[in-house]
Amino acid sequence: MGVDFLMNKPRDRILTGLSIIGLFTFLYWAKGNASEYQIRLLNNCAIFITLAVSYNLINGICGQFSLEPNAFVAIGAYTSSLLTISPAEKQVSFIIEPLIWPLSVISLPFWLSLLAAGVVTAFLAFLMGFPVFRVRGDYLAIVTLGFGEVVRVVANNLQNITNGPLGLKGLVPHTNLWWSFGFMIFTLFFIWRLTKSSFGRAMKAIREDEVAAEAMGIRSFRYKMMAFTVSGFFEGIAGGLLAHLITTISPALFTFFLTFNLLIIIVVGGLGSITGSVISSVLFVFGSEALRAVEEPFSIGSLQIPGIPGMRMVIFAIILIIVMIFARQGIMGRGEFSWQRLMDGLRRAEGRLRNSR
Amino acid sequence: MTLFSAEHLAMIFGGLTAVDDFSLEIKGGDLIGLIGPNGAGKTTVFNMITGNLKPTQGKIFFQGEEITGLKPNAITRRGIARTFQNIRLFQDLPVIENVMISYHGRLHSSFIGAVLQTPLYNREEKEMRDGAMALLQRVRLTDFANERAGVLSYGQQRRLEIARALATNPKLLLLDEPAAGMNPQETQELMDFILKIKEGFKLTVLLIEHDMRVVMGICQWIKVLDYGAAIAEGTPKEIQNNPQVIAAYLGEAGGKGTA
Repeated sequence: MGVDFLMNKPRDRILTGLSIIGLFTFLYWAKGNASEYQIRLLNNCAIFITLAVSYNLINGICGQFSLEPNAFVAIGAYTSSLLTISPAEKQVSFIIEPLIWPLSVISLPFWLSLLAAGVVTAFLAFLMGFPVFRVRGDYLAIVTLGFGEVVRVVANNLQNITNGPLGLKGLVPHTNLWWSFGFMIFTLFFIWRLTKSSFGRAMKAIREDEVAAEAMGIRSFRYKMMAFTVSGFFEGIAGGLLAHLITTISPALFTFFLTFNLLIIIVVGGLGSITGSVISSVLFVFGSEALRAVEEPFSIGSLQIPGIPGMRMVIFAIILIIVMIFARQGIMGRGEFSWQRLMDGLRRAEGRLRNSR
Repeated sequence: MTLFSAEHLAMIFGGLTAVDDFSLEIKGGDLIGLIGPNGAGKTTVFNMITGNLKPTQGKIFFQGEEITGLKPNAITRRGIARTFQNIRLFQDLPVIENVMISYHGRLHSSFIGAVLQTPLYNREEKEMRDGAMALLQRVRLTDFANERAGVLSYGQQRRLEIARALATNPKLLLLDEPAAGMNPQETQELMDFILKIKEGFKLTVLLIEHDMRVVMGICQWIKVLDYGAAIAEGTPKEIQNNPQVIAAYLGEAGGKGTA
């Protein structure tokens, strides 16, 4: 598949460019015509795609089953929020304990705070990688899960930095369609190119058989760290974008459920497929909106049933179980979108239409 | 000139001594066979040499440097490559990428360079692809370059494993039962192939093998292991006539047979 992709490069480049222009034209149109709610959904889509694709790098491409994205998103969200909120606003919201000194007076532009969110998260991911990648398989999942909890507990208790359970309020809603989709495109570009490169091959080799990869001269520890750190960088920035979209953050937002949702997305999309993560993120965002109905009170005849909050999670969990049992490959397996595949598909469909006439 | 030496290696798992006081010296250009009954400790010796196991005792030297206890990837990058007894390909990756992965250890570009597709990276990528293609030609797998490695036949998978090991640019090649599961004709082809790549790539080869035709046919020197200890070494002729080897390796009934 890699070869087809390379052979038709000029055509593919033009098509990719055109679709990006198309996407942004649509966003421009949506900005003027769509409701606030619809725009919120579009932003969610972009952020979830960014998160899922980054998470897929470590879980699907490098094959290291880990459960930490909620921690990375939280670190990114807190970092960028603490850097953008105005000193006056900080003084008002930190009522229990004041914010420690350098942070209390800093107010940076949005883009710089996002960059800082990425760098800080990547750095913490890097540090965390040393103990984490001493273990493999189930143990890796458990250790990373623990790390996610540690970050949440720290956020809850480090009053003079995170404001504890009260969280951070009064963020300026900087995140708009341009930011979220612009960064999504950048993430897709970066991770796509990385995955297709020799470095991506090294990561896949580790996924397929770590002993054999080592025997072929691949420093497995280094590439696990690379996948983990890169994934931390992008998830951190996505966290910053998320914080400035919803304008209020608190530790309760970054529980294991966030990781669980992302896990469902990448498994349903097909572990290891970037295309799958994208498709599945869109389905997830719109699907969970459509499923809102199941959490509302309803009545069967004269029987009144009150709304059950969390019902959607039950449905998603069932979907995950079904996928794991009957369709482990997910939507895309490990396949990727390519223009060649699309053209071939269209040609086949056209041929079938002609024959049926 | 001594290329490789292992001195008094021992590997003890809990109470089990898998290998005891194993020493071996290999000169550049040798083709040495390591034989012995199942469970004699041959693969354990391989795993100690390649860094998959850390010897309980003893030292390993390669090109005058001690390599005992280095990580497998470091040992490979110094010039010792291996194949596995139970084939361990990257099943889900295309055949050509299986081979290209072995070039990665010698890449100069950074990962940022790879993402930006700098001229240096593009050149290196092309070199990797061309090099891998040339190796696939040597093992007659060019037609399958873009197939998943998992769909290849058994013999093809064995050949791909050798190609992948060769791509790491080794000086010493360790082959762990390369003829396992092959029919006589395939085995004959394999023997010719091993001799050919040994000349072509100026390799030194250490070979574990059960098939006596292979061992006796191509090895210059044979070392026999039994219950973790070396019981004999010598030329194929000497080994064939060594009563201790016949007793250990072929058992009571096997005195005449294939040996």
